[in-house]
Amino acid sequence: MMEFKDILAKYSPDEIQARLDTFTKQDIERVLAKKEKSLDDFLVMISPIAAPYLETMARQSRELTLQRFGNNMQLFAPLYLSNECQNICTYCGFSLNNKVRRKTLSDKEILMEVEVLKSMGFDHVLLVTGEANKTVGVDYLEHAIQLVKPYFSNVSIEVQPLDQDEYERLILSGLHSVLVYQETYYRETYKEHHPKGKKSNFDYRLETPDRLGKAGIHKIGIGSLIGLEDWRVDSFYTAMHLQYLEKKYWKTKYAISFPRLRPFSGGQEPKVAMSDRELVQLICAYRLLDPDVELSLSTRETEHFRNHVIKLGITSMSAGSKTNPGGYAVEKQSLEQFEISDERSPKEIAALLKNNGYQAVWKDWDQILQYAE
Amino acid sequence: MLTIANKTFTSRLFTGTGKFPSYELMQESLEISESELVTVALRRVDVKSEHDDMLAHLSHQRINLLPNTSGVRTAKEAVFAAQLAAEALETNWVKLEIHPDPKYLLPDPIETLKATEELVKAGFIVLPYIHADPVLCKRLEEVGAAAVMPLGSPIGSNNGLKTLDFLKIIIEQSNVPVVVDAGLGVPSHAAQAMEIGADAVLVNTAIAVAQDPVKMADAFRMAVEAGRTAYECGPAAVSAQADSSSPLTEFLSL
Repeated sequence: MMEFKDILAKYSPDEIQARLDTFTKQDIERVLAKKEKSLDDFLVMISPIAAPYLETMARQSRELTLQRFGNNMQLFAPLYLSNECQNICTYCGFSLNNKVRRKTLSDKEILMEVEVLKSMGFDHVLLVTGEANKTVGVDYLEHAIQLVKPYFSNVSIEVQPLDQDEYERLILSGLHSVLVYQETYYRETYKEHHPKGKKSNFDYRLETPDRLGKAGIHKIGIGSLIGLEDWRVDSFYTAMHLQYLEKKYWKTKYAISFPRLRPFSGGQEPKVAMSDRELVQLICAYRLLDPDVELSLSTRETEHFRNHVIKLGITSMSAGSKTNPGGYAVEKQSLEQFEISDERSPKEIAALLKNNGYQAVWKDWDQILQYAE
Repeated sequence: MLTIANKTFTSRLFTGTGKFPSYELMQESLEISESELVTVALRRVDVKSEHDDMLAHLSHQRINLLPNTSGVRTAKEAVFAAQLAAEALETNWVKLEIHPDPKYLLPDPIETLKATEELVKAGFIVLPYIHADPVLCKRLEEVGAAAVMPLGSPIGSNNGLKTLDFLKIIIEQSNVPVVVDAGLGVPSHAAQAMEIGADAVLVNTAIAVAQDPVKMADAFRMAVEAGRTAYECGPAAVSAQADSSSPLTEFLSL
């Protein structure tokens, strides 16, 4: 089987963009009449010509999601452990050249944060760090996972890409899933936004899900950061990546996120804006392409948007998030990675779900299911 | 009456606990379904805490809990999970679910056979979820499975009895109860499974995701009863044409 790098090289952004403009009303109508949608159909569904068909897409997406995931919504919380970072990423609050106070939580501080998250009801946690191998390398991560594991049924990380053997170590410690977004699949644009640090290596990042798959991880989250490049093209690459991974690492579950670039202190404006309508179009297109993929929505999005989009294909949400290390208990005022839009508490989100006929799911995993020898 | 291992069941409708809009609706649906065996995913219950919200809604006297191992990928993981489930939920019954493929949740026959053998030796009442594979069913029977649970179509697909021909072979050959599990999307699918002689069916998604889960649970209850009664009656043979004359053998009466 081909490596994803080689598959990606076969599709130039210009070519995809050109195809997007060739679709007709007949194309989208034909696609929407099909029961199963292909990758080519996905491109039609995210093209501008599909915009007037959004209600139909939303209805199909809702039906498929209900059938596969039921009236349930998984809730989780990010736990930022550190904002130390050796990378320059033009869009991120933790970027090396951003003059802010750096902080890495100690054991005692992590447990203080854990206590608040537990009191909010969370049982699935996402540990987040920047990339600073001396302070938050694999040893720190392994220790952190072991430290929080007794309190959570499911532990995920969103940290720097690691080697396969490092992932294997973390899985043995109780790691369930890893989120690693390519940010953009445009090789050139990627270089512009990541001029310095280990993250500037496009291919090492691109092949991270492969290393995870080989390590036997339970779930991988992928996605692109919306605002760096044409969202349609980047989303097409994301969908292509998803299909490649599903075939190759068939024992792993997949999740997709679609973070829209948010303001942070000192950050830049998105190059390409995406409207709410377009984000709904993308969410529905992902669902129609893949009835089983998890679709995750963060607190970057506004209350109004989240209130409505929960019914259209989303299967997991964060709630009450803080994006600064120590944000829940230790040091509430330190610098965030990005600004939160929806500041409602997890309890309020659970009530919102209930009012919409959904059950908030706090626990959908157990450490005993990943018993390590 | 249906007997599995040491237990008899009045109802032949087994149910599940996933995907409901709320625990209250789950409870009401399960009560009206009259189901006596209800499967519970270990991943969803908090076995460490004294009070689990889902279990609190499953306290009806009629209900027997059937913990399932959904989420494990190997026999080893399944055995470990089953042992902890037994401790936490105080039952030696287990619905063995080993589906390493998270997309269609199709069961791994090799790991399932291994885990069944091991769990039976450890004293468990094992009900394995499997593909509608007649040979595998016989192998499971040989290692001591208390029942077999072949699928109609993939979990949650609501696609009905896509495996109909193989289910018939399994039912014909089996010495243990056959419970058709997964894919039953509407009551007529359940009725059909019962009509061909399944001992019971397990339905979850079709009830939990219905607009009115309680009414749908009731509809499935009736369908299972109707299908079973029809099977017991011995239905009339199906004929494609009316047979008033016998052109081929008429000469015998001349």
